[in-house]
Amino acid sequence: MKHRWAMVIDMDRCTGCGACVVACVAENNTAVVGEEMAAQGRLMQWIRVVRYWRVEHGETRAVFVPTPCMQCENAPCEIVCPVYATYHDEDDNLNAMVYNRCIGTRYCANNCPYSVRVFNWFDYKWEKPLDEQLNPDLTTRSRGVMEKCTYCIQRIRRGKETALKEGRPVRDGEVLPACAQTCPPGAILFGDLNDPESAVSRIMKDLRRFRLMEHLGTEPRTVYLKRMRGPGR
Amino acid sequence: MKSGDHLSRWNGGELYRDLSRSNLVTSRWWYIGVAALLAVFLWGVCAFVYMMLTGIGVTGLSRPVFWGVMIILFVFWVGLSHSGTLISAILRITGANWRAPVLRGAEAMTVFALMVGGLFPIMHLGRNWRFYYVIPYPNERQLWPNFRSPLLWDGVAIATYLTGSVIFLYFGMIPDLAIARDHSTGWRKKLYTFLAMGFRGTHSEWRRYHAASTLFAVLIIPVAVSVHSIVSWDFAMASVPGWHSTIFAPYFVAGAIYSGIAGVVSVMAVLRRTFRLEKVLTPLHFDNLGKLLLTMTLVWGYFYFSEFLTGWYSRFPEDYAVSSSYFGHYLPLFLVMIVCNFVIPLPMLAFRKVRRSIPAIFAVSLVVNVGMWAERALIIVPSLARRNDPSVWHGYFPTWVEISYITGSIAFFALLYVLFSKIFPITAMSDIKEHLFQLTDRTIGRATVPTVSGGESAEEGEGP
Repeated sequence: MKHRWAMVIDMDRCTGCGACVVACVAENNTAVVGEEMAAQGRLMQWIRVVRYWRVEHGETRAVFVPTPCMQCENAPCEIVCPVYATYHDEDDNLNAMVYNRCIGTRYCANNCPYSVRVFNWFDYKWEKPLDEQLNPDLTTRSRGVMEKCTYCIQRIRRGKETALKEGRPVRDGEVLPACAQTCPPGAILFGDLNDPESAVSRIMKDLRRFRLMEHLGTEPRTVYLKRMRGPGR
Repeated sequence: MKSGDHLSRWNGGELYRDLSRSNLVTSRWWYIGVAALLAVFLWGVCAFVYMMLTGIGVTGLSRPVFWGVMIILFVFWVGLSHSGTLISAILRITGANWRAPVLRGAEAMTVFALMVGGLFPIMHLGRNWRFYYVIPYPNERQLWPNFRSPLLWDGVAIATYLTGSVIFLYFGMIPDLAIARDHSTGWRKKLYTFLAMGFRGTHSEWRRYHAASTLFAVLIIPVAVSVHSIVSWDFAMASVPGWHSTIFAPYFVAGAIYSGIAGVVSVMAVLRRTFRLEKVLTPLHFDNLGKLLLTMTLVWGYFYFSEFLTGWYSRFPEDYAVSSSYFGHYLPLFLVMIVCNFVIPLPMLAFRKVRRSIPAIFAVSLVVNVGMWAERALIIVPSLARRNDPSVWHGYFPTWVEISYITGSIAFFALLYVLFSKIFPITAMSDIKEHLFQLTDRTIGRATVPTVSGGESAEEGEGP
């Protein structure tokens, strides 16, 4: 069963609370690096909530852009990896990452226009009792490898396996990444574009729809919704 | 040069003693120098081992500046390697009669600069102990490397160039090794006998040697050009504003030749002083190299201007963020580059006096390579630091680990060179000998000047 997973982020709903980031860190065993490292630009989070200030009608508004991996269909990161550590998964149409193959050239990160890939600068430790909270569904990563948002591939796999066992297709909404599950205003939608009835397939027709840096031709599968304001909109 | 001051034409032993002093005497200073270089080099090695055991985090790198000093050093040293073989090949093909004393030093420089430069892409890997994953060989991982990646092209290009340059260096050295074999004793005799492969200097041997050396020279030029093009494609193929530019390949090749010629000038000046090669390395050679350097200053300046102008004028937001950072945060680096690469060398090298004064041209050549280092830093760092998404913009400054790599790489290069000059003939004796046979003293008025007769090189003879 082939899937085309997609994520829709409704910026009109996003409040910038950052719950998605916390959920992601908990789900994906992402290292917490501390203030000092964060100031050096070495955050390990797979999703970031970018905040821009924008003046509209004399009123300053915050614009929040939650930025996970775009799971590009023409992913610039894939072609430059010399060892196929990042490649296109054919079943899920995801931009997958194989940690064991990665040798850490960091070329993928340089070629990612969204800068969503993070690198393990050190071996990160989970002090007791924090190691108890590690998610057993996936590994922690050793120093020297790249990592990035996987759309919670472990959850997708589990959803597919359950569906297979029960002999039915994956139901819409059955598979949710941690960020989408957690988002308090429900700004993050997730689903399969190969299913024409899924919520994401339907919302793709929304006029507010746009994609980040569309002009680069990366065909990102993470899509944004934003009502445009101001004259001419 | 006064008449009678020439090197011996007929006596190979005397020539060997004059030109390979380094092989014959070892002074206390040599040991001190080697020890000092070894210490600096080993410090760099220690820094690397520390980085390997701790993580790449001990460098100043971050998101989005994932590449820093190690890649700058890679491009710098590979660039520096460009002169040697390329100059030597071009001079051989065009039959420039002044080439002889420059050849060996330049070719050796290529090999050593490549050996130094080639280390850095491996060192900079996050898991550098797994570097062999990129080598295409049937393996238990059942994986083949991704040949769509410019890094793979790069590996192939560097390996080819290194192999070619080593062969080129060795091949050009065979007649000299034969001379050395005939005039040495002990372990040196054994070594040279083995390496000279029974070269006796018969007519047929020379004929084959000349045919092969022309062939090598012709073949190595496209390799040299392709190597730095491919190095530039590591950047130009990426969709990074400031990197993604069609002009990069020729621009990098020009920059490489520029820094390479400057490197040759620096090395020649040092060799001349250290090994007392004043008789063979005359101001004329520096004058000629200075002219080449001046040409490359202009070529480089032209490339840089046209590349910069298109990016700056079009004002595509992403590209503009990069080029405007040259006048903001990266202004010091930009000024160093412009001043050292253009503002100083252009007027200086335009003067014959500067070109013929060895300390002056030595200083200019060092300045050029400082500028070229800044140029590589300016290409690599600001483009990454000003990525498409402004929310991740971040600065970069090297840590002590990376600074140890800079000093360590210089020491390693010098160390390889010093060891080479102790073991092998550092000047192309047979080429010099060939040149000497073309020389005649001619009296013009009261002055006696050496003139070059015959062959395609007559019109380029040394002037009074």
